[in-house]
Amino acid sequence: MLYREAGDFKTSYSKDQQTFPIAFDRWGYFLTVAFAFLIVPFMINDYWLNAVILPFLIYAIAAIGLNILTGYCGQVSLGTGGFMAVGAYAAYKLMTGFPDLNIVFVIILSGGVTAMVGVIFGLPSLRIKGFYLAVATLAAQFFLVWLFNKVPWFYNYSASGQISAPERSIFGFAVTGANTLPHVSYLFCLCFVFVLAWMARNLTRGANGRKWMAIRDMDIAAEIIGVNPLKTKLLAFAISSFYIGIAGALLFAVYLGAAEVGEAFGITKSFLVLFMIIIGGLGSIFGSFAGAAFMVLMPVLLKNIMVGQLGWPTDLAAHFEFVIVGGLIVLFLILEPHGLAQIWRIVKEKLRLWPFPH
Amino acid sequence: MSANFYYGIEVFLNGLMAGVMYSLVALGFVLIFKASGIFNYAQGVMALFAALCLVGFQTGQIPFAHLINAIFGTQIHHFGWQMPALLAIICALLMMILFAFIVERYVLKHLVNQEPIILFMATIGLAYFMEGFGDLMWGSDIKKLDVGLPQGGNVWLEEKTASLGGEDFYGFYLDNLDIWATILAAILVTSLVLFSQYTKTGRALRAVADDHQAALSVGISLRTIWVIVWSIAGFVALVAGIMWGSKSGVQFSLSLIALKALPVLMLGGFTSIPGAIVGGLIIGVGEKMFEFLIGAPFLGGATENWFAYMLALLFLVFRPQGLFGEKIIERV
Repeated sequence: MLYREAGDFKTSYSKDQQTFPIAFDRWGYFLTVAFAFLIVPFMINDYWLNAVILPFLIYAIAAIGLNILTGYCGQVSLGTGGFMAVGAYAAYKLMTGFPDLNIVFVIILSGGVTAMVGVIFGLPSLRIKGFYLAVATLAAQFFLVWLFNKVPWFYNYSASGQISAPERSIFGFAVTGANTLPHVSYLFCLCFVFVLAWMARNLTRGANGRKWMAIRDMDIAAEIIGVNPLKTKLLAFAISSFYIGIAGALLFAVYLGAAEVGEAFGITKSFLVLFMIIIGGLGSIFGSFAGAAFMVLMPVLLKNIMVGQLGWPTDLAAHFEFVIVGGLIVLFLILEPHGLAQIWRIVKEKLRLWPFPH
Repeated sequence: MSANFYYGIEVFLNGLMAGVMYSLVALGFVLIFKASGIFNYAQGVMALFAALCLVGFQTGQIPFAHLINAIFGTQIHHFGWQMPALLAIICALLMMILFAFIVERYVLKHLVNQEPIILFMATIGLAYFMEGFGDLMWGSDIKKLDVGLPQGGNVWLEEKTASLGGEDFYGFYLDNLDIWATILAAILVTSLVLFSQYTKTGRALRAVADDHQAALSVGISLRTIWVIVWSIAGFVALVAGIMWGSKSGVQFSLSLIALKALPVLMLGGFTSIPGAIVGGLIIGVGEKMFEFLIGAPFLGGATENWFAYMLALLFLVFRPQGLFGEKIIERV
């Protein structure tokens, strides 16, 4: 009864075109944001933060980034892990090279650096399409990981080849390093997620988003109606890499604290983020969140059940996790190829007609 | 001639051999892509799974022993017999055919008419599933695979060529296993070509590869064809698994050879069997020579991880469909 357009009159164009035209949706969104900003910080503890919430927030940014490229612009990329590594190493170099630079700028600048690298690796997309492009982006993945491993300048000639984040604070609260409080790092990441998601939502429904979708649906036709494929594809690569770079910087600086490139940003990361957007739903910001939540929560849940409840050895549980994750992905693709976002859309459609479906 | 020159030739020859190994994996990709338009990421894991099954049957392991032990608290691990290699290979092949059936029945059938990216993702899911399943079934420790193929360096070649170079040159070193792999790959490709050219099923396969709907309309059963193709790909995976497994042991990293085969595919074109072979040879020689001439002396080594991709990437910029791929025709 609550969820419907009836009686919800719009008196101006801007109201008619707002992101959440239905009042119920709008209030739901405001409540979620208020809950995330005002209530969660008081309830959070270290276990929840490190096991679930931080990875969820950070991967949500990466998933939005990849979704812009793959879901909206139709360019499949398997280089996500490599681009996250660029963000992380850029953040590390900036933090150690300019100790006085505010951490917020460090992270935004790392996103900018990643965007530039992304544009370089996006150049071949003008000639190469489809699967050939997907495989070509693997070149970025392997080359970048090799580069950060082999050139000591990137890890400041440290003996272990690892990078570790020095302590930086904002308004007197430490956000990186060992002395962070759970609610501080939570709020820090949440602010990034909120702003970036808001930007992505508005980018994708504006002129640029429509151009991306035109390229995705049929690039030659899009070219004929006046969309410049060079600019559009490279813009998608730049913005997507910007998001992924920020996710990489946050993952390294706030979540991991110390990272080794092959382990933290390997090819499995690329696949993980790709899984998120496929399960969440291609071409949907909500889907990026849903997919990230699913892929972060499920392994935690499985591990709790198998190791905690059944008392199986951890290696056995790890094998089972592979089987279940793989099986679920196949199952998902069979039952709902458009992901969690599509399920949400169907639920909303049903809600509109409830309780009198006709 | 200087010894360095001969070392170069040796690296070249070894590159050719490595290329054959890549081609073996790439071949499986091409077969499935041609017949069903599916980019099968699981090919590498299929090779791993086939090799695991082979070792398991050969040494008489009890499947799921680890799991059974964990649930029932038993201590079982082996049946206590040794199967002859040939019988074990046949059993492993049967497993791969069974796998093809299951994939067709429970996965592909439900995904007809989906977009290629969805099918690709499904095969990644499949790869994860098989990886976990293989480990559950046979355990995740590194296993030694020995089906009686000769190992070690080829002494005959080494002695014959030792006189070519100067004092510090001891002849070309070639692994016997690599030579066998080359011979087997040649036989495999020849028989595949003969099969697809001169048998009824082969004709049906080519028809499906050309046009799904036209093939359906003349009465070719797509589902049967898919089972056949996946079985053949399983067989190719088994051969690749035996070769790679004998070389470096049967372990998780075996499934990563799929990643090595991808640039081969890009170079050769996704739809061409000769392309897979030629691409494999180019990549094999290219990365070994690059490592020998530039990578190791100037760049700090381990360039093999990415060189193949970069080569394929540069190549694609000039020829987007690969060496032998079908010309991409785009219409609005």
